[in-house]
Amino acid sequence: MKVKKKTIGLLIYFAILILPIYWMLNMSLRSNADILASFALYPKDITFVNYLKILTDSSWYMGYVNSMIYVFMNTVIALTFALPAAYAFSRYRFLGDGQMFFWLLTNRMAPAAVFALPFFQLYSTIGLLDTHIAVALAHCLFNVPLAVWILEGFMSGIPKEIDETAFIDGYRFPRFFITIFIPLIRAGVGVTAFFCFMFSWVELLFARTLTVTAAKPISAIMTRTISTSGLDYGLLAAAGILTIIPGALVIWFVRNHLAKGFALGRV
Amino acid sequence: MDKWQDNRAWFLVLPVFVIVAFSALIPLMTVVNYSVQDIFGPGETVFVGTEWFKQMLGDYRLHDALLRQFLFSGLVLLIEIPLGILIALAMPKKGWGVSTSLVILALPLLIPWNVIGTIWIIFTRPDIGLFGVGINSLNLLDPPFDHTATPLYAWITVMLMEVWHWTPLVALLAYAGLRAIPEAYYQAARIDGASPWATFWYIQLPKMRGVLTIAVLLRWMDSFLIYAEPYVLTGGGPGNSTTFLSIYLVKIALQQFDLGPGAAFSLIYFLIVLLFSFIFYQALQRVGKGEKG
Repeated sequence: MKVKKKTIGLLIYFAILILPIYWMLNMSLRSNADILASFALYPKDITFVNYLKILTDSSWYMGYVNSMIYVFMNTVIALTFALPAAYAFSRYRFLGDGQMFFWLLTNRMAPAAVFALPFFQLYSTIGLLDTHIAVALAHCLFNVPLAVWILEGFMSGIPKEIDETAFIDGYRFPRFFITIFIPLIRAGVGVTAFFCFMFSWVELLFARTLTVTAAKPISAIMTRTISTSGLDYGLLAAAGILTIIPGALVIWFVRNHLAKGFALGRV
Repeated sequence: MDKWQDNRAWFLVLPVFVIVAFSALIPLMTVVNYSVQDIFGPGETVFVGTEWFKQMLGDYRLHDALLRQFLFSGLVLLIEIPLGILIALAMPKKGWGVSTSLVILALPLLIPWNVIGTIWIIFTRPDIGLFGVGINSLNLLDPPFDHTATPLYAWITVMLMEVWHWTPLVALLAYAGLRAIPEAYYQAARIDGASPWATFWYIQLPKMRGVLTIAVLLRWMDSFLIYAEPYVLTGGGPGNSTTFLSIYLVKIALQQFDLGPGAAFSLIYFLIVLLFSFIFYQALQRVGKGEKG
């Protein structure tokens, strides 16, 4: 009986969670005139005109490609750099380790709003403006510390005896780390990659500031189109729905991995 | 677990230090530079000392935005942390329900932040939004609900959006903490005849300390720095009622292009976030010390 009540509560919560997204889906399948003319709980004449417009216009769909490129780059960079550092924090005591760890975290706390301008100057000075790598590097500011933080938790869950045994067996560090240690925490790597993907995908301010046309992310293209052509709710909703799809796909593919990572209780 | 003492571990940390310092220290220096200078044009700068800091500290609009920000972040923590724990407790522990729940929970987290604002405009508008139309059809509110009409409605809408958007993160983290508790603890509690409440208070909550630290810190930082969602939803209005710190900051620094005051503002802002995060971090570390976690 008690279990039932819990499940019902959870189902209601999930329904509330999905409702706003459903509403956007509903809007995206109607034309703007139809939306403004009448209120309807579901689209009566389904039209794909909004989606067609986005998927056939390269100034729209290139935004998705750009976003995906820099998000992927950022995830790879963040993981590559964070893995050894997380190992150091989980296994060693060294000069200034506590301070270093907290300093890393403080970088998540900097107000992006004003860092945007110095970033713009920095990246135009070194000639990386409007490239995917610029956005990927800028997102490292908050993703690398987060990756170190999460990975450190997973690594601390692996007993140190494993390292000791491997070193006694004559493994050198790089080989031990890549062939033994990383496979042991692969669920943790999966969870970390997911979080890096997520925070890079949803960030707007840096991505918008550092790009002009060649690497412009979809979320910035949305705001530009809205401001110039008035509010076309149908088109806006369709673009919004399309920004959800890559994330939804990623989470669908890693869901079992994620569940396993969560089962280890290290996030 | 005892750690090895070895300063050579720095070699492993060095790459991270370099890449983060590149993105953090250079821009930070630029901001510090701006905050003590008056800039007329390229190469024409005058050192003004603490002038901008004095100006910003005496700015009543900054005080208002700061108060608003504290109220907002305080409400966020008060609502999202308990709600997130509650959801985590209700989630299934095994079977296909686990991954399905995780996927549904993660969905709002994967939506770009300005799209979140867009979703909630569409959802709450009194003419086309399900929420707006639905709540007005009950005829309970006077004046009728409109998220742009009164400060109270604007706040309710922003809070609803924030709770909708971020509670799943707290729930995911809390769930991860719960899953890490060995079954033996529950068996021991059952043998002792512990009530569900006692199990929660003496086993589950202390065991979740680590992940809840992360949850509180993340929610504090991110809600204190919130920008895109309320900017898209309300534009900071009506009046200035939902102008949070970042919105005011962007207005000064990027729209009015007052670099000096803007830079001073962002340093003050940064220090406040830092101070409170440090306090939370220390407090939560200490809370868990007494209970063997």
